[in-house]
Amino acid sequence: METLEKLKEILSECKGEDLDITPETTFDELDFDSLDKVDIVMQIEEAYDISLGDNMQLSTVGELVAKIDEAVANK
Amino acid sequence: MDKRVALITGAGRGIGAKIALALAADNTDIAVVDYGEESAAKETLDALAAAGVTARYYRCDVSDFSATKEVVDQILKDFGRIDILVNNAGITADKLIMRMDEADWDRVLSINLKGCFNMIKHVTPFMMRKRFGRIVSVSSVVGLMGNAGQANYAASKAGIVGLTKSVAKEFGSRNITANAVAPGFIRTAMTDALTEEQKKEMYKLIPLGSLGETDDVANAVRFLVSDAARYITGVVLKVDGGMYI
Repeated sequence: METLEKLKEILSECKGEDLDITPETTFDELDFDSLDKVDIVMQIEEAYDISLGDNMQLSTVGELVAKIDEAVANK
Repeated sequence: MDKRVALITGAGRGIGAKIALALAADNTDIAVVDYGEESAAKETLDALAAAGVTARYYRCDVSDFSATKEVVDQILKDFGRIDILVNNAGITADKLIMRMDEADWDRVLSINLKGCFNMIKHVTPFMMRKRFGRIVSVSSVVGLMGNAGQANYAASKAGIVGLTKSVAKEFGSRNITANAVAPGFIRTAMTDALTEEQKKEMYKLIPLGSLGETDDVANAVRFLVSDAARYITGVVLKVDGGMYI
């Protein structure tokens, strides 16, 4: 849950508006472009001191949360 | 309009100082970034203060990646924003390739070209989120036409053109424009040292028939960062009296 809140903060800042997201929200709905995606990944990596790689194929916010939690657990 | 903040490299003196004063005339606060001693920039800082804007001095080697990150962070802390970046810092180490060694090449490319990348890299994350940015890098007509004895300098200035056009494409969607100015022969201490004979030869190459002034370059930069140039990105604006057409 904590990760979702942090992610919400990062995604909202990137979008420039307060986003209402749940684990089921899809990235298609959020409509980020390639520059946003790079920015988001870099912000997550900096916030959690993890590496996520460049080729993330994720469809929902919940999947990204799981990916972050997994990377943090494996640090 | 909100007061804007410009980060200008090599602004301690010369063309950079003129650019700083030109932007100050549009009520822009200035972060003067230079490698020299702060005392060498005193005249510029005093002139900026007299123009009624806030100006601060930051000593930094633009070719040092982590140092440029630190200086950008510090400027954001001090001013709260960076709306305009002017990459002006540059050096020459002129020699024919026959005599040019690896260090001459590396030093000029590091400061003139990598320096631009470093500043752009660290400033754009902020500009992206603000959905506003104006980036102008100082190239040279030598970068467009080549010049015997300046292979390193010309390559660095041509590199700025490619960098500028790529930045324009990558960040256009975030309302960040990136342009370059390419000065020709500009009156400086270096050209003052030339003989009348040498100057006459030079004028023959310039349709407008005279040297440019540092103010001519500063005015071009002032235009490119202004709202009047909001729809202009990825251009190389020559300020050369028609020397290279």
